[in-house]
Amino acid sequence: MKVKRTTGEIIFDIVNNIFLLFVIVITVYPFLYILFASLSDPLKILQDEKILFLPNGFNIAAYKAVFKNPNVILGFRNTLIYVVLGTTLNMILTMFGAYALSKKDLYGLKIFMVLIAFTMFFSGGLIPTYLLVKKIHFIDTIWAIIIPNAISTWNLIIMRTSFQSVPESIPESAKIDGANDLIILFKLVIPISIPVIAVIVLYYAVAHWNSWFNASIYLRDRNLYPIQLILREILILNNTDNMMMGTSALDTQPIGETIKYSTTIIATIPILTIYPFLQRYFVKGVMIGSLKE
Amino acid sequence: MIAFLKKQWSKNKYVYIMLIPVLLYYVLFCYVPMYGVTIAFKNFIPLKGILKSPWIGFQHFKSFFESYYFWRLIRNTLAINIYSLVIGFPAPIILALLLNEVRNTHYKRIVQTVSYLPHFVSIVIISGMILQFTSRNGLVNQSLSLFGLEKIPFMLRPEWFRTVFVFSGVWQNAGWNSIIYLAALSNISEEIYEASKIDGANRWRQVIYITIPGISSTIIILLILNIGSLMSVGFEKVILLYNPSIYETADVISSFVYRKGILEANFSYSAAVGLFNSIINFVLLMSSNYMSRKVSETSLW
Repeated sequence: MKVKRTTGEIIFDIVNNIFLLFVIVITVYPFLYILFASLSDPLKILQDEKILFLPNGFNIAAYKAVFKNPNVILGFRNTLIYVVLGTTLNMILTMFGAYALSKKDLYGLKIFMVLIAFTMFFSGGLIPTYLLVKKIHFIDTIWAIIIPNAISTWNLIIMRTSFQSVPESIPESAKIDGANDLIILFKLVIPISIPVIAVIVLYYAVAHWNSWFNASIYLRDRNLYPIQLILREILILNNTDNMMMGTSALDTQPIGETIKYSTTIIATIPILTIYPFLQRYFVKGVMIGSLKE
Repeated sequence: MIAFLKKQWSKNKYVYIMLIPVLLYYVLFCYVPMYGVTIAFKNFIPLKGILKSPWIGFQHFKSFFESYYFWRLIRNTLAINIYSLVIGFPAPIILALLLNEVRNTHYKRIVQTVSYLPHFVSIVIISGMILQFTSRNGLVNQSLSLFGLEKIPFMLRPEWFRTVFVFSGVWQNAGWNSIIYLAALSNISEEIYEASKIDGANRWRQVIYITIPGISSTIIILLILNIGSLMSVGFEKVILLYNPSIYETADVISSFVYRKGILEANFSYSAAVGLFNSIINFVLLMSSNYMSRKVSETSLW
């Protein structure tokens, strides 16, 4: 049945669609601007003052400078290691915890849940944690990066809720066939729960990719720096010196600006390319997490 | 008793084995620091360790409360959070409501997908972008001069920090935060809308009498969570954006703890400030949950 729309409704629809178009533009344009600026002539960027709709004098000097900088490559390599190792550890611990805590007849289940949930609302704080990491000699090692945040209670609860909805009959009949809980977890429960697993993997992986703070307080050795920490030096602390070695004094100043833009683009490309494919999973994750409260 | 435990073990051996590293993690990295926070009551000397450092009771707390920056920190923390709440809390709701009214599902999906994007970009990059755009020749100032307005060095003026902080936060997270509301919106059954149409309701009335009440429990729960963290501003973004010339409005309790504790190694003092903050957060969360339970039927627990 086609319902006729009143004039008021038609106007609303038009205005609404225009507003949402504005939302798209205002989300995308900053990134476009940075892209154009990174491909522009450094001198022109400094002198001309205009809003860019295209690169201002096509020039890839900024990108050349970034790739010549060993810190950036090193940063990416380190971050990749942290993401892979960190997420693996995250997943093993989270899956173990979620499975164990989904067992209704587990002795002490209630106490464990209260103790674990409590940590979401209260913590010792930054300083005691820092002192602890220092005490166990994790400073300046990869362990300081992947262990202090090894389990996210939020993710644990999401996964546990999902495991709880696996029908009892499955592990029970497996037990009758002689399987132990390890086999049940890895060969039955996980394959059934692939959507949730995928979401949690993504949550952990993105968190590792974007993390910089733990590295900033626990790492002194530059060879261990993740890419976000390198980015912080370049973008926030204004330290583009490393990249300007080898250029003449006349060139150094203007290129400092465009280097920031090109570094931003290079660091955002991985997210931008992977994101469209994975976005659907993230959204599902939020829904699972919220609707089953 | 022993027999009971033995039976438990033999039946669920691997489950308990799985639980061990998990519990170990929580004990070591969540509960040990909770014990470690006792250095807030001591004059912590690293060489002596926590146990042997001299006890000084509430001295750190006293000097914090009496310090000249105490009210500044509280004021900044609260101001940024309330500002964020007032602007940032309704934004995703409004976005979800507007998206819900879009007829073309393709267009709706495109807007959604695009709006989630900034949430995934790291805070370092976002902060870098903010600093670049608000710089002397940055995009914002260029736009201002286009309209004949004077340029403003945003990040050097204390009065601008909160606005930049809050609005960039909305830009980054409004899209992502609207997901929960969109999910709740899709849970409202079509039949109610149909029935109201038969009764002659137009879209506006539908929104007021069906849609908003329909997602009210989601709104309340999220509001509780937000109020519960009223005294904790995520320090990562603050630390990346602030500089000494704007400490007056930019310095919040958590960034202060970071500066005093990590950078200046003033361990027990900053632990005391941090503990003060954690306790207030805890109390706020408990009370807002309690109040919500009294006022509506919805609460976290």
